[in-house]
Amino acid sequence: MITLNINGKDHAVDADPGMPLLWVLREIVGLTGTKFGCGIAQCGACTVQVNGVAQRSCVTPVSTVANAKITTIEGLSENGDTPVQAAWVAQQVPQCGYCQSGMIMAVDALLKAKAKPTDAEIEAAITNICRCGTYARVRDAIHSITQA
Amino acid sequence: MNDMTNIDRRNFLKVSAAASGGLMLGFHIPAVNAAATKDSEINAWVVVNSDDSVLIRVAHSEMGQGSMTALAQLVAEELDCDWANVRTEFVDPRLNITRNKVYGGMATVGSRAIRSSHEYVRKAGASARMMLVSAAAQGWKVSAAECTAKAGVITHAASKRTTKYGAVAEAAAKQKPPADVTLKDPATWTIAGQPKMRLDMKDKVTGKAAYAIDINLPGMQYAAIAQCPVFGGKLVSFDATAIKKFKGVTSVVALENAVAVVANSYWTAQRAVRALPIQWDDMGNGKVSSATIADFLSEGLAKPEVPVARNDGDVAKAMTGAAKVVSAEYRVPYLSHAAMEPMNCTVRFNADGLEVWAPTQNAEAILGAAARASGLDPLKITVHLTYSGGGFGRRGGAAKGDYVDQAVLIAKEVGTPVKLIWSREEDIQHDFYRPISSAKMTAALGADGMPVAWNTRIAGHTILASANPSAIKNNMDVGFLVLFADNVYDVPNIKVDYAMSNTHVPVGYWRSVNHSQNAYFRECFVDEMALAAKQDPYEYRRKLLAKQPKHLAVLDACAKKAEWGKPLPAGQFRGIAQIDGYGSYVAAVAEISLKADGTPKVHRVVTAVDCGYVVNPDTVRAQLEGATAWALTAALYDQITLKDGRVEQGNFDRYRIMLMSEMPKVEVVLVPSGGFWGGIGEPGAPPVAPAVINAMLAATGKPIRSLPIIKREIGV
Repeated sequence: MITLNINGKDHAVDADPGMPLLWVLREIVGLTGTKFGCGIAQCGACTVQVNGVAQRSCVTPVSTVANAKITTIEGLSENGDTPVQAAWVAQQVPQCGYCQSGMIMAVDALLKAKAKPTDAEIEAAITNICRCGTYARVRDAIHSITQA
Repeated sequence: MNDMTNIDRRNFLKVSAAASGGLMLGFHIPAVNAAATKDSEINAWVVVNSDDSVLIRVAHSEMGQGSMTALAQLVAEELDCDWANVRTEFVDPRLNITRNKVYGGMATVGSRAIRSSHEYVRKAGASARMMLVSAAAQGWKVSAAECTAKAGVITHAASKRTTKYGAVAEAAAKQKPPADVTLKDPATWTIAGQPKMRLDMKDKVTGKAAYAIDINLPGMQYAAIAQCPVFGGKLVSFDATAIKKFKGVTSVVALENAVAVVANSYWTAQRAVRALPIQWDDMGNGKVSSATIADFLSEGLAKPEVPVARNDGDVAKAMTGAAKVVSAEYRVPYLSHAAMEPMNCTVRFNADGLEVWAPTQNAEAILGAAARASGLDPLKITVHLTYSGGGFGRRGGAAKGDYVDQAVLIAKEVGTPVKLIWSREEDIQHDFYRPISSAKMTAALGADGMPVAWNTRIAGHTILASANPSAIKNNMDVGFLVLFADNVYDVPNIKVDYAMSNTHVPVGYWRSVNHSQNAYFRECFVDEMALAAKQDPYEYRRKLLAKQPKHLAVLDACAKKAEWGKPLPAGQFRGIAQIDGYGSYVAAVAEISLKADGTPKVHRVVTAVDCGYVVNPDTVRAQLEGATAWALTAALYDQITLKDGRVEQGNFDRYRIMLMSEMPKVEVVLVPSGGFWGGIGEPGAPPVAPAVINAMLAATGKPIRSLPIIKREIGV
């Protein structure tokens, strides 16, 4: 058994230590907001926060986060009203929405680390793939927070 | 914010309640006092609850394009309900059978969700409004003609009485539907035509939006699959003893051209299937490569006679003695859809039928596939519709042997509910690809530089070869020649012919379909003509479109917004292109600069669109923005290549999707002229690549005649 602290709550999970956190979250804990997109840390659909830092959970063995604070999209806020989520709604960012949990977790982590990142810092940090091509609105939504 | 309701959470609760075993869903259930309200179905599309909430049924899939919200807007507009009270529910395709196709076609393809259904969904809204008003009037013992309805409130002005839809819903449901309804003039719309917030928005920023891949069922197992890497090949054998070491594997299921490993977690199933030794028979396709396919297309381009789709005037005669001849050969590769939600399907057999969850653009195709694979009566099959994490044409059907058939066969064999998930590699290597194609174009220019003759030979792989082989007549597919066979440019002598060149690779409908390659061929060739004529490419197109007011208006609107002709900063260049397609007219202007290695950085894209009526201007803009990214990714980076009969790319490391850092500023100009209903999901994409490449031509004077622009070595 491995004890995980997810969204402020401890979960004892019976998982192989090598099992990626993504699948522990989705299949054992039942938190399906974190998505599978590629399995090789390329697309970022699986992004969660580990001790507040964005991490791609599809390549994160669960044993490596046993003592960490894990935050998923479900735990970001009670009512979906963090500045990033509110900006996403205001800019009507999502289309299919499948990548957006990861996108939001990555942006939230970036802005918690640095409230006013430069455009270069934003572009370097947000490398999540969105096949619907919502990037222009993602950028506008980030700017609506950082330039407020 | 008032426009939002937690539609899909509620919708999903209905699914949850209907499912016999109960679902474990990753979100909380809100406290609702369900007993206090009563649903009244006014007609197949509209249910009014006694608490005044309105449920609008949506028969088309929502895979990001926004038509779920737009279709609800059309119904709500005619219903005259309060938009803040609207929620939606996807139609169970079985209902479409039992209700005699009342929901029309459910396939969400060809940018047709709205343009194919706007009339009957608006009529459903209007009819429901009349039944509600009629019920209120009867209660008051007045004439319905004396009553009005607005925002869910019915008023009899003469007696100053009002009532709400919820109060008369039960009586309205018993009214006879009106024989005829009059639809509103779109100029008077107040709900449709407005940038209403998407009804799926809130759930899509909180992780609550339910996709098929998110279903968890009691006792469910997970399946990972390995499909024969050579298209058309078959399974010979596998060695299950080699994966005994994977704790949690319960079954290995042999399919005709694939092997599935079933386990207690997807991770285990996936690792085990990768470790499984499998023997395949490539059925003779193991020697096909991109080089052999390229040669095959070259043969097609060189053939003396092939079927002719269009022959205006006398091209051969006009070519002789022309002041100038321009000739070029263009090529595009196969492309993959790579929707973010990988192909997946969950199946549960129950006492007398089965349930299926799968991302789709076509719920009826899912139903058909599940019936085919299980042998069950379709009426015993429940298709649970969820959001689809992208579609782009990949999920428009459900081909035999594709993901739904596989999941049904696997679940049938193992006896428990099974969730099959394809790895990204399986998705990219077992797609129905945008076809490979090539074009050889020759134009004769007159003394004024304008074309007097234009000859186009296309050699490529028709989608019909995979989608509907019996539709191929006389080796012709006019759809493959779109933008040429129906080229609107004013040229007196035009010939278009087609060397059908089909390979063993499965092909399919890829967002913007044949417009994607043909817009590139045609619009870049127009710039080559303009260059040879030493004319401005925008003005050159204006002359060619002199008799096409709709195309011209969109082209002009785009050029105006992009400030065509105004000097750009040093090192930046513009390109322009325009198309018609899916019932709409679109133009694009791109601004680029060239990096040291000669590849482009795209700074700004301006697109203009006339789709006739605009139902939701914000989602129209979103589709044009997204289509820009779709087109740029393909033009800059992507190709599916083959070696030894198999696809060489497998994941996003080799099949590159552009990132936010590469996204240009996109400006969308809406110039709706009204009077028609054009599609919007696809037509934004085709003009973008030629606009960018024409900007490169403006920069260098050298055409780019094959895609992608950035050729990458395979294996790096």
